[in-house]
Amino acid sequence: MLRYLSRRVALMVPTLFGVALLTFIMLRVVPGDVVEVKLRADGGHVTEEILQRERTRLGLDKPLPTQFVDWMAGLVTLDLGNSMWTGRPVVEEIGVRIGLTVQVAFMAAVISVLIAIPLGTISALFRDTWVDYVVRVFTIAGLAVPSFWLGMIIILMLLTVFNWSPPVTYTPFLESPLQNMSQLIWPALAVGYRYAAVVARMVRSSIIEVMREDYIRTARAKGVFERMVVGRHAMRNALLPAVTIIGLEFAFLIGGLVVTEQVFNLNGIGRLFVEAISRNDFILIQALVMLLAAVFVTMNLLVDLLYGVLDPRVRHA
Amino acid sequence: MHNISRRTAIALPTLALASPALAQQRPDELPRRGGVLTFAVGAEPPTYDLHQTGTFAVMHRVAPHYSTLLTYEPGNYPNIVGDLAESWTVSPDQKTFTFKLRPNVRFHDGTLMTSEDVRVSYERLRAPPAGVSSNRLPAFRQIDLITATDPLTIVITMKEVDASIMDTFASPWNSIFSAARLAQDPTFPVRNVMGTGPFRFVEHAAGSHWVGARFDDYFRERQPYLDGFRAITMTPSSMVNALSGRQIQAEFRGFTPNERDRIVRALGTEARVEESSWMLHMIVSFNTERPPFNDPRVRRALSLAIDRWGGSASLSRISQLGAVGGMVRPGSVWSASPEEMQQWPGYGRDMAANRAEARRLLREAGQENLTFTLLNRNHQPYVTSGIFVIDQLRQIGVRAEHQQVELAAWYAAQGSGGFDVMIDSFTQFSDDPTNVLVKYVSFDKAEVATARATDRELDRLFDAQARETDRDTRKRLVRQFETRAMEQSYAVPLLWWQRIVVMNQRVRGWSMAPTHMIYQDLRDVWLAPERS
Amino acid sequence: MSIATASNTADPRRPVAIIAFCRAQPLGAAGLIVILAMGLAAIFAEAIAPYEPEVINFGAMLMAPSLEHPFGTDAFGRDILTRIIYGARTALTIGFLSSFIGCTLGGLLGIASAYFGGRADLVIQRFVDVMLSFPIIILALVVVAVLGKTELLGIDLNLVLAIAIPIIPRSSRVVRSAALSVRAMPYIDAARAGGYSAWHIITRHMAPNVLAPYLILLTAYIAQAILLEASLSFLGLGVSEPKPAWGLMLAGDSSNFYQEAPWMILFPGLAISLSVFAFNLFGDSLRDWLDPKFRL
Repeated sequence: MLRYLSRRVALMVPTLFGVALLTFIMLRVVPGDVVEVKLRADGGHVTEEILQRERTRLGLDKPLPTQFVDWMAGLVTLDLGNSMWTGRPVVEEIGVRIGLTVQVAFMAAVISVLIAIPLGTISALFRDTWVDYVVRVFTIAGLAVPSFWLGMIIILMLLTVFNWSPPVTYTPFLESPLQNMSQLIWPALAVGYRYAAVVARMVRSSIIEVMREDYIRTARAKGVFERMVVGRHAMRNALLPAVTIIGLEFAFLIGGLVVTEQVFNLNGIGRLFVEAISRNDFILIQALVMLLAAVFVTMNLLVDLLYGVLDPRVRHA
Repeated sequence: MHNISRRTAIALPTLALASPALAQQRPDELPRRGGVLTFAVGAEPPTYDLHQTGTFAVMHRVAPHYSTLLTYEPGNYPNIVGDLAESWTVSPDQKTFTFKLRPNVRFHDGTLMTSEDVRVSYERLRAPPAGVSSNRLPAFRQIDLITATDPLTIVITMKEVDASIMDTFASPWNSIFSAARLAQDPTFPVRNVMGTGPFRFVEHAAGSHWVGARFDDYFRERQPYLDGFRAITMTPSSMVNALSGRQIQAEFRGFTPNERDRIVRALGTEARVEESSWMLHMIVSFNTERPPFNDPRVRRALSLAIDRWGGSASLSRISQLGAVGGMVRPGSVWSASPEEMQQWPGYGRDMAANRAEARRLLREAGQENLTFTLLNRNHQPYVTSGIFVIDQLRQIGVRAEHQQVELAAWYAAQGSGGFDVMIDSFTQFSDDPTNVLVKYVSFDKAEVATARATDRELDRLFDAQARETDRDTRKRLVRQFETRAMEQSYAVPLLWWQRIVVMNQRVRGWSMAPTHMIYQDLRDVWLAPERS
Repeated sequence: MSIATASNTADPRRPVAIIAFCRAQPLGAAGLIVILAMGLAAIFAEAIAPYEPEVINFGAMLMAPSLEHPFGTDAFGRDILTRIIYGARTALTIGFLSSFIGCTLGGLLGIASAYFGGRADLVIQRFVDVMLSFPIIILALVVVAVLGKTELLGIDLNLVLAIAIPIIPRSSRVVRSAALSVRAMPYIDAARAGGYSAWHIITRHMAPNVLAPYLILLTAYIAQAILLEASLSFLGLGVSEPKPAWGLMLAGDSSNFYQEAPWMILFPGLAISLSVFAFNLFGDSLRDWLDPKFRL
């Protein structure tokens, strides 16, 4: 187990290095830099010399390999550098926003699991009946509705039906749970629908698959009460793939919040990302990409480990 | 659905506004002390240093913390009065300015402000030390000497007469920092806020809010009225919701007409709306280095094709775009009259004739089937302008491919000349022609002149008006400049923006101006009690 | 995986298969009908659409749905129904092209990875790992910003590429696992012994045997590509105004006006949802029909 773990962790290193290299190269070929955005904004009129001076200050004039090595050296010592836009440490910029994004993602995950597992199970048990069709249409629709559009519709509904709009500033959960929830529950619902749909489909198909296995058939033939069969045997095995998809989708979700945060005016990682991109704030974009990539590979690893724990057959594979 | 009423509300905004306009402040009202003003700002500040930036995102947060030498008189734009300066004199040759400073002005750290602080701050703007970049170099280029003759006197002498220099002294950007702090660290103001303004800095939570509290030792007695202010970062759509839901009391940059109507509908008589033309205009810039835009006939044809009067009437209903104007703000003392404007290509009222002339010019230039890329930002109202221009050009048979890019890429194209034609914009904090016409001079004289043209006649007219202190003569020179620039059409104005500020009627004492950069120190602002 | 046997019972290349499919999968047939309707709308947009998609008409600004404008008009007085019909063209072309390019390149990569195995497989899989961990929005931004606009028949090829690239690693994973079982078949070794080139074996012997997962992927990723295009256009990184595109119709002015003119966002959003829904429905049923054990 330990050997397997260390091998998997070791495999993360080249992946992350590859992401770093690719990000770095891609960003440097994008036209424009943060200096112009900063100094030319709102009719500011500056000479090329001033721009050059600011570039030197930010280290943008150094040869690219040097910039890359500097960045790598920083990464290894966990120093992510300073945002080129605000000059504040990237860690600080991300730190103040990550709580919100993680909370929304977490709430979406909880909502989706609560909806998806019963729905997927019912759908599988009543396979090819109208119940199954209704659930399938509901879940396929979940994959089809863009979450940002769903968000707009939610806002519109709240406004026209209740003449109420969610609070616009973030309150930490511990400060005022009610205030916090009344702002964040909506985006969580908007992205949670898709999430629930993905998980429900996975639950359905894996239960169907498990039901076909011999031991379940045997159990059913023996006349054991059907619910017991489902509960005992099918659920446990069927939940494995569901756990996988919950983990993998969670990583996707954090990236997917980029668009939804715009709609709900949330000061989270997604909005920071979009802003950093529009300003070519390289250092910040690099840090965010690495963060998302790290979350993604870590989630993958956790899912695999969990798989190993739940299903002994995988452990030595 | 209430379709009809909805449409009317959008189409006829003036009617919808009739009642809230009555919610104006009565002049005999006495300011009330106390309360915290909560307002929205649409972007995050890249720095705290007013000298090194030009964005409102910094101004709206930082202005309440600083003072300037002179300032615009509240409620009486563009009259200039003293801020830190108690009085001043000008020599007969317009080249020496002597300012007497107010005594007993204190910085937020308790130290006394003296002429040395003014001198050092102005030197920082004129000749920034290493690691600092001044955004105000062009405005300071005619200043020769800045001398602190005694602790309360500062003398500024000019190399040459500069007709726009009073605006420089009153500029909200030219804030006075503490000389002692700058001596320790020239970049101190980038990450710290410490001035002589009406409010002390409390905190800034990145991406979220900025807080200021009343400075009890502020030099104007009994001011400021507010206990403090709170600036919250949010997107335009959330501002509308927040203002409608009374979560904030104001936003000082400006709304679109339908955002205004939505807030007014929600707040009823609690809404207060102020409108003005804005020192901000959209420009169609031709890259004169790239054929066929090096041909004046092609440029003029494209300008002729744009129905500015019709566009103004329609686009003002759906966007912040408003009045038709030349290169100086319509409605300002420098502006041409609508009759004068109609002499310029593309400003005539007869669009059929304009389009026929445009087609003729294109035929003459051999560019009848012209196709090009129109570079634009992916932001409003730039996109609206782009859609409009493309539709106008289609009507003379020209096909423009819209390329919408991120801000950084847009500036990069501007700087490198990597575009055919672009939707550009220009803004300044004052109407002074020297500040605004610079956008249209030769490229080697100003980097902001994105058309990359060289026209010595324009440069000559520009320099002549900059030195001219007689207003009428100067106005004539400005007219000549505009006429020449319009004929050559290197870059042509599209439409000017309309500034629409909507706030809760509780906010009193704030002054409207044709720029969103001034009157933001909040010293006169106070909050009326909530209506029960 | 039972690819080989599955393709015997339900060969997607036989035309009668469509009828058999519709009978076995009514939901899938419904999806197919919607897709066909959209395809027809896209092809015959000029004939069907009541107005011009890009022409401004300030006289008809922000009109609510009526007989004249069934879906209403936008802030420029452009007919929303017309723009949705033309938008189908944008969505389908970009959706199909990017899914096709992504799945084909991804499929070939997956088969090659399975065929060569060993070190090559390892390298390809690490590369796929990197691609999978890379945020899609960055890819799109960079491709669009660096390559600028390359138009072909009114379609922004760089946008197609930006959407196709993230599909490559995802589809290659799936195809690789299917191809691994094909690789184990004795006739592949026979072909190698017969001196055929790797390219020949991959394209002639292995590819036809992973056709089922390929087709399933292709439909599934058309849906994903349509969604991705909508998101990118919404963020201002995709299709540019005044071109009609559904995601774009939800951005810009719409976010400004949707409270007064909800039809501006209602119909384009429904169009996106319905088309993605149809492709998913069809793709799901196709999977059930071709290979019930196959999983995406």
